[in-house]
Amino acid sequence: MTSLNTYRAGPDERGHFGIFGGRYVAETLMPLILSVEKAYAEAKNDPAFQAEFRTLLKQYVGRPNPLYFAPRLTEAFGGAKIFLKREDLNHTGAHKINNCIGQILLAKRMGKERIIAETGAGQHGVATATVCALFGLKCVIYMGATDIERQAPNVYRMKLLGAEVRPVTSGAATLKDAMNDALRDWVTNVADTYYLIGTVAGPHPFPAMVRDFQCVIGDEVRAQMLEAEGRLPDSLVACIGGGSNAMGLFHPFLDDASIRIIGVEAGGHGLDKLHAASLTGGRPGVLHGNRTYLLQDDDGQIQEAHSISAGLDYPGIGPEHSWLHETKRVEYVWVTDDEALAAFQQVTRLEGIIPALESSHALAHAAKIAGQLPKDHLMVVNMSGRGDKDVNTVARALGDTFGGLL
Amino acid sequence: MSRMEARFAKLAAEKRAALVTYSMAFDPDRAASQELLNGLPGAGADIIEFGMPFTDPMADGPAIQYAAQRALAAGGTLRGVLEMIANFRQGDNETPVVLMGYYNPIYSWGVEKFCADAAKAGIDALIIVDLPPEEADELLPHCRANGIDFIFLTTPTSDDSRLPTIVGNASGFVYYVSIAGITGTASASATAIGDAVSRIKKHTSLPVCVGFGIKTPEQAAEVARLADGAVVGSAIVQAAADAKARGENPAQAALALVRELAAGVRGARG
Ligand SMILES: Cc1ncc(COP(=O)(O)O)c(C=O)c1O
Repeated sequence: MTSLNTYRAGPDERGHFGIFGGRYVAETLMPLILSVEKAYAEAKNDPAFQAEFRTLLKQYVGRPNPLYFAPRLTEAFGGAKIFLKREDLNHTGAHKINNCIGQILLAKRMGKERIIAETGAGQHGVATATVCALFGLKCVIYMGATDIERQAPNVYRMKLLGAEVRPVTSGAATLKDAMNDALRDWVTNVADTYYLIGTVAGPHPFPAMVRDFQCVIGDEVRAQMLEAEGRLPDSLVACIGGGSNAMGLFHPFLDDASIRIIGVEAGGHGLDKLHAASLTGGRPGVLHGNRTYLLQDDDGQIQEAHSISAGLDYPGIGPEHSWLHETKRVEYVWVTDDEALAAFQQVTRLEGIIPALESSHALAHAAKIAGQLPKDHLMVVNMSGRGDKDVNTVARALGDTFGGLL
Repeated sequence: MSRMEARFAKLAAEKRAALVTYSMAFDPDRAASQELLNGLPGAGADIIEFGMPFTDPMADGPAIQYAAQRALAAGGTLRGVLEMIANFRQGDNETPVVLMGYYNPIYSWGVEKFCADAAKAGIDALIIVDLPPEEADELLPHCRANGIDFIFLTTPTSDDSRLPTIVGNASGFVYYVSIAGITGTASASATAIGDAVSRIKKHTSLPVCVGFGIKTPEQAAEVARLADGAVVGSAIVQAAADAKARGENPAQAALALVRELAAGVRGARG
């Protein structure tokens, strides 16, 4: 970080955000990672690439999606004005597609014919399978066996879209393990395969590239809030798995010092039990190609995460978030499974919008703090995805909690 | 002269390649893996790679993934691994020991302290799969300060423009990963291995050892004709696991395979 008057200059040429990030991969992958970096640097500055990206976001994804003022939530929370950024209205139902459009254009540009990806909630898998269908590319999705079970509707969607879904049974059979197997596939198929990483993690250039593609979220919010209220928002709230929907919302505002920015991690059963809050409950380490905060034991062995939300069930976080945490530009908090479930129901009943369990974490934190804020405080909550995929999980959880009320 | 240099000098005098073996510490338990480790020189291993278990072995195939899971379930820790090597050193002060694994346990220990502790335990070299040349500068100075070789990996994807960067910092030997892939899966052809070794040797005078996909004494002999060392890992790990499943002694089963491999390597250029 050479420039001290901006939070937006990173990473450096070796992919580091402070001590975080980098390229901790096997030598077999190194030349490939360097070629992705080079191809992306060229594409980024190619107006034709950018134009194609923008056109697809508009025509295919349906952007810009609304910044919706939520009157009944605002009333219920009893303070700040709540605005929801409606990523749930994107084609395929989450923010994940923004990044997939960008990376599939890059993969095509690099002449790759086979696409692999990891998925937790299945949203990134569905988005990847979708763009592969659109461009006629072979698609293999790695998904933990545990997640296949709890996100069954998305598994079938991927199959309909022509993707092969490979169940991963190692470890806890969730997102971390899916990422291990995707990396093993990539090492084995370096010549024809492109690994379409779904969040702002992995080796450089992925954290920066995925961020760039997701920044459309924050860029739109800036324009939309200026139009609606004539000024910038006062606070931004987003959930964090790897951190891509949050980074996409936050990054365009990092240098607006007056804006309070809050990332919400998954607190699972609580921080003294099983959870997925890497920043609050972890420490720096190296996994999946980058240095970042990780849940790990005293011996540096990675611990299993837990969240009711498959998309947040990961023991790490994107490296730029670790840096924003240490520089204190962004506040990182956590909410529990139960709090997220309560927010899921509240938002569904009050606004007629079923949020993803991931997004419900951001909503749950907004519910906690909005009441203490003045009525002219403008708060943007990222509705990163829709909750249709979570209906089974929620039914099961509520059945357990409320003795068959459903 | 380091133990590694002395070993390669001896092999050169004997005009033969090295048999380099890999086994996982604490697999299936501490006692069995110590028995295997201590028996390796007698069974014909010239250089020993000892695996540190890690929860997320991203470059390994099923055989070594399961070995790591068993080792962690058996209570494997990095401290324990160092203790096992110190124990080995009480009976053998000549065979080089290379510690192989992933970076996070070492980073967690603290790199500077770790290199000092590793040297004290009798470790000669490190192979850290997820620390490519681009990131190795955070560990290399501490290795050098403690007389530990940092073994760099070269692969079929390391082209001529990249090889000088890799071998420029290398010491001990250069490891050629003969396939683009994970451990314990495919095998490369003799032609491909021979071509790669001569390509690497244009950039370095260090010995070149070849691993990944070598399972049988015949394959080990073939590689021993083409390179300075043949590395066998998954096959040894699997032999131990199979024996354990049959209710037999896993260490002795693995050592029996090592004796066959050693015969293959020693007969290769005869
Ligand atoms: C709707 C939704 N929100 C959030 C996430 C978490 O990912 P990230 O933190 O990268 O935005 C996921 C991941 O699957 C998701 O599906």
